Amino acid sequence: MTDTKTIEFSATTKALVDRILKRYPEGRQKSALLPLLHLAQAEFGGWLSVPTMDYVASVLNIKPIEVYEVASFYTMYNLNPVGKCLIEVCRTGPCMLRGANDIIEHIENKLGIKEGETTADGKFTLKTVECLGSCGTAPMLQCGADYYENLTNEKVDKLIEKWNSINDHSTYMRSNRVEL
Amino acid sequence: MARKLLLQHENVPGINTFEVYRKNGGYASVEKALKSMTPDEVMEEVKKSGLRGRGGAGFPAGMKWSFLDRKSEKPRYLVCNADESEPGTFKDRYLMEKIPHLLIEGMITSSYSLGANTSYIYVRGEYMYVISILEKAIEEAYAAGFLGKNILGTSYSLDLYVQPGGGAYICGEETALLESLEGKRGNPRLKPPFPAIAGLYASPTVVNNVETIAAVVPIVNQGGDEYAKIGVGKSTGTKLISASGHINKPGVYEIELGLPVEEFIYSEEYCGGIWKGRKMKAVVAGGSSVPILPTDLILKTAKGEQRLMTYESLSDGGFVSGTMLGSGGFIVLDETACIVQHLHTFARFYHHESCGQCSPCREGTGWMEKVIHRIEHGHGHQGDIDLLVDVAKKIEGNTICPLGDAAAWPVASAIRHFREEFEYHIKYPEKVKNPKHFELEPFVSEKSLVTA
Repeated sequence: MTDTKTIEFSATTKALVDRILKRYPEGRQKSALLPLLHLAQAEFGGWLSVPTMDYVASVLNIKPIEVYEVASFYTMYNLNPVGKCLIEVCRTGPCMLRGANDIIEHIENKLGIKEGETTADGKFTLKTVECLGSCGTAPMLQCGADYYENLTNEKVDKLIEKWNSINDHSTYMRSNRVEL
Repeated sequence: MARKLLLQHENVPGINTFEVYRKNGGYASVEKALKSMTPDEVMEEVKKSGLRGRGGAGFPAGMKWSFLDRKSEKPRYLVCNADESEPGTFKDRYLMEKIPHLLIEGMITSSYSLGANTSYIYVRGEYMYVISILEKAIEEAYAAGFLGKNILGTSYSLDLYVQPGGGAYICGEETALLESLEGKRGNPRLKPPFPAIAGLYASPTVVNNVETIAAVVPIVNQGGDEYAKIGVGKSTGTKLISASGHINKPGVYEIELGLPVEEFIYSEEYCGGIWKGRKMKAVVAGGSSVPILPTDLILKTAKGEQRLMTYESLSDGGFVSGTMLGSGGFIVLDETACIVQHLHTFARFYHHESCGQCSPCREGTGWMEKVIHRIEHGHGHQGDIDLLVDVAKKIEGNTICPLGDAAAWPVASAIRHFREEFEYHIKYPEKVKNPKHFELEPFVSEKSLVTA
C-alpha cells in the first residue's frame, strides 16, 4: 500500500523528538528508535506503514531496515492498519483464571468479530495479548494506552458504548489508568 | 502488622507528589549519601543488608555492584529494569504508580554509589501511563534540585531518563534490555562480557530491578545491618508479593521475608483465603517461570517443615518437591482449575515471547504449546506426556538466556506433580472439550488410568 500523503511529525512532536534525542550520548541517537516508533504510531493512524517507518529512519539517520527489524520484533507496533479503538485483552494464566476467556467471548459476540479482526466500520480491532502486568485486577484489557481492570460483561458493554463515538485514533495519545 | 519499608506510606494522600513524599521523609537517603558518605560506603551498606535482586534471580545486589568496572575510563550507567512482564507479577507497576519518588530516590542514591552520571529507567511500553507518572515525578525532582547538575550543592550530577519498551517479555533479561535501549531487537547477548564490564554502549553498567533500587532507600537510611535484621538467613528484608488468581484479596503485599506461606494465603492481612469457599489445588509461587506446586508441597516441604516465604524455604527440595521465590508473582489455583489449561497459557506465552535466537527455545516452545494445546482440547496422544518431558529437557540449559529454562520448568513441574490430570485429558477426550470441564465435574484422582 502506498501512502501518498506527506509524512512528517507535527511541530509539537518535533520539539519532543529533539528533547528525546538529547537523552542519549552523542552518536547513540538510534536509542530513540522505540520512543519515536510509539510517537509515529500515535500520530500516523495507529500503525506503522512502510513510508512511516522510512520517515522515522530519516529522522534518526539510520537505514530503513534498522527500523523494520525493530518494528517487527516488538508486539506493540502494528504493521497493519487497526481500528480506531484497538482492544487488547490479556489472556495469560492469572487473567484466564479470573474469566478472561468469557470476556473475550463476550466482546466477540458484542462486536461480531473474532480475535484478530476489525469491525467492518473500522472502529474496533480485537486482539488477545500476553500478560500486561495487571494480574491482581484481572480480567483486564488495554485500549490504546489505557488500562481497564476488574472487568465484567456489564463494564465491557459500557466501554464499547462509550468508544462507539470515537472517530479518530486519539486513544493512542492518551495514557491513563481508568478506574471503573 | 508486619514492618513495611517500601509501602509504608502507600495510603498517604498525595504521596505520588514530591511535596508530600518529601514531608514523609522522602529523599533523606540522597541527602545522607551525598553529604556524609562516600560512594563505596553506600555500596558497603547494600552489601551488609544482604539485599538480593528482586527481579527474580535473587543475586546479591551489593555483589553485583562490586563487579562494576571502576577502572574503565568510559562513563558508567545504572539502568533500572522496569520491564515487568513475568506473568503473575505486577508489584513494580504498583510501586511506580503509587510512590514514583521512591524509585527516583533509589536511582539517585544508587547512581551516586556506582558513579553513574546518566541513568535510565526502562519501562515496558504497555505501562505508558506509568511512564507519564515517572516523567512528572522526575520533573519535580529536577525542580527541587535532586536531579541535574551539582545535586544539593555537591559535586555530584545526575541526569535520569525514562525509556519505553515496545512489548517484549525478553527485554526483562538484562542484556536484551540493553540491546533494546540501544534501539535494537531484544536479543540477549552472549556472556561474558557481563554488563558490569561492557553493558550499555559497551560501557560498565549495572541493571537492577525496580524493587531492588527502591530497597536501597531504607537500607541507606537505616543502615544495612538494620535491614538485615528482618527476614531469615540469607533472605533479608521485605519483599513485594503480587498475589493473583483464585484468592479473595488479590493485590500487592509487602511481607517480611520468613512469613509462613500458609499465613500469607489464608490470613485476612494478605490473600484472605481461597475465593468462593473453595479449596486450593496448586500455587505458582514466584511468577510463571517457577515450578508449580500442589497444596501439600506449597504449605509444607517434603520433609514436613512449614514452608516459608524465603528464597531458601521455597526452593527446599530442589525441583523435585520445591519451587522458587522468583519475582514474587504468587498465583493461586483453586480445585476447579485445570492444570493443563493453565499450563497451556504459559506455554503459549513463552512461545510468543521467545526471541527466536536459539533453536531449542524457538522450536521447542512452539512444540510444547502445540502438544499441550491438543491435550487440553481432547486430541492428545498416548505418548504426548513423555514427549513434553523430553522437549522440556532438551530446551533446559541449552539457550543463551534463561527464557528457555523458564519455558521448560512449568511444563516439567506440572507433569511431575499433576501427571494424572494430563492422563485424564487423554483418556476422556469428550469430557475435556468444554473449557470449563473441571468446574462442571471436578477432577478426581484415579490411580493407574493410563499406562504409558
